[in-house]
Amino acid sequence: MHLSDEEKAMMDGQGGPAVQKAMDLLMRYGEALGAERLVETHNVCATITSTTPFQRDFALERGGGMDAVFSEFSLDSQEVVTIPKFKTFTSHLQLGFDPGQPERMGVSEAIVEFYAKSERHAAGLGAQIMNTCTPYQVGNIPTRGEHCAWMESSAVVYCNSVLGARTNTEGRESTGAAMLTGRIPYWGYHLDENRLATHVVELDIEVESVEDWGLLGYYMGDLVQERVPVVRSRRGIGRVPNLPRLKHFGAAASSSGGVEMYHIVGITPEALTLEQALGDRAPVEVLRYGEAERRATYEKINATGRDADIQYVMLGCPHYTIEQIWEAAQLIEGRKVHENCELWIFTPRAIKSLADRNGYTKIIEDAGGILMTDSCSAMSRAVPKGTKTVALDSAKQAHYLPAILGVQAWFGSTAQCIDAACTGRWNGSHA
Amino acid sequence: MNAVVSEENLVLTLRGRKVVGGIAEGEALVTRERISGWGGIDPRTGTVIETRHELRGQSFAGKVLVFPGAKGSSGWSAMFHVARLMGTAPAAMLFNEMTTKIALGAVVTHAPSLTDFDRDPLDCIETGDSVRVDAERGIVEITKKNKKSGDHA
Repeated sequence: MHLSDEEKAMMDGQGGPAVQKAMDLLMRYGEALGAERLVETHNVCATITSTTPFQRDFALERGGGMDAVFSEFSLDSQEVVTIPKFKTFTSHLQLGFDPGQPERMGVSEAIVEFYAKSERHAAGLGAQIMNTCTPYQVGNIPTRGEHCAWMESSAVVYCNSVLGARTNTEGRESTGAAMLTGRIPYWGYHLDENRLATHVVELDIEVESVEDWGLLGYYMGDLVQERVPVVRSRRGIGRVPNLPRLKHFGAAASSSGGVEMYHIVGITPEALTLEQALGDRAPVEVLRYGEAERRATYEKINATGRDADIQYVMLGCPHYTIEQIWEAAQLIEGRKVHENCELWIFTPRAIKSLADRNGYTKIIEDAGGILMTDSCSAMSRAVPKGTKTVALDSAKQAHYLPAILGVQAWFGSTAQCIDAACTGRWNGSHA
Repeated sequence: MNAVVSEENLVLTLRGRKVVGGIAEGEALVTRERISGWGGIDPRTGTVIETRHELRGQSFAGKVLVFPGAKGSSGWSAMFHVARLMGTAPAAMLFNEMTTKIALGAVVTHAPSLTDFDRDPLDCIETGDSVRVDAERGIVEITKKNKKSGDHA
């Protein structure tokens, strides 16, 4: 790999031992990829803090220091190095529990204390404690063409596709190295040619609601896997999809498949026209999405749903926007969550504080639901005791929860989910 | 690929590109299905746990893992990283599809790894074969478990 003079200096230790270890990891990683060089980045999204007993024991064995945890888990360095302040703007992603709800999340006080220590350490180094899978909602909105180093598949696909910024799906160690060096391998979606569409998805029906966009995303991801689809409608996309729709769409496509980049003609920034999205190439395949495909996708997402009795309704995957919390509050105001059911809604901390001020948190709590932060049921593996069947308005969560926890899942609209929470029954008709 | 008929066993040789250096030997564990890290493996035992995966319940600890590539969450590298710390990592990894997930995962697993082969390892290697991976030289030597030289007479 070709290194600039500044990168060579970091490799030679001029930035200190932690920066040297970070460069060493980036060299090993870049060469593994077959990258020719690194690219500058000033925007990292990552998991940095520690939430597991294994990491706590690991830290204890090495004197309890958080530098030992960062050295191993974020830099792949077996030598413990002192971690300097981060060079890049760094946003913390979601974690394995909501530290404000240890009982509901089934974690011990000791682990919450260890987490709090690691959060203080990360914040002290410069991490923004956003604690969300949707950093683009709370202050990290990269601009078109900005080179980023992000983890979290639903955030990666939003970053590339909706914002037109450039990132691969990074991991804990590569983002750790990027924080200290401001570098990441120049490979994959950092390069123009890899961002062009390979597959066309032709819409034969209108795609309108948040549920509609989730269904289309799940269908598309399943068929294109890791390749780059472009969605278009001969009649033009009807209503312009907003943040909740595109957030759900990308999350679904990166769950049923590994989509990290898509285009929507006339909507996303690198697809003003179909020709622009495709470059000069013919598509590998043209897929048609009509009523039959929509129905088959609905059946597939609902494949585990059998029992009508619902014990748990989870909303907020990816983390809810303030608009979605407003909608949920309107739907549930004056109603009560059924005694056999619980309603958990997940959102970033910053948006929860807005919901607190707006009075939405109180409306949801008065109805018997709860607004939580930092995590979700798939990340935490936490659901209310006795949960057999869940209702969800997220195709991504419906994809993961049955696999992770062995529960049945129903997928439908937000209104159907709020109804399920208040009646304890799933009455969602077929989409 | 060269096939050399030794006295006892058929030995095949593959050539590939180094992803992570080093030399390792072990029994092959082969799957045609991509592997998920987060939500796909249990690093305490090195076992594949994904529902409906053909390797579900099988451990790759100390084996030469032969597979198409990685899929799923960005937690792929972190899970294989923990598997190394817990002593359950594969001895070596041979795969076809290069992604950031598997490149970083292979690097932090410290397991000798190769890709870009002259022949598809999924066609040449079966579970139970003895495999020697020399990632420095980009060479994989496969001793077939079932095919004694006489079988090919």
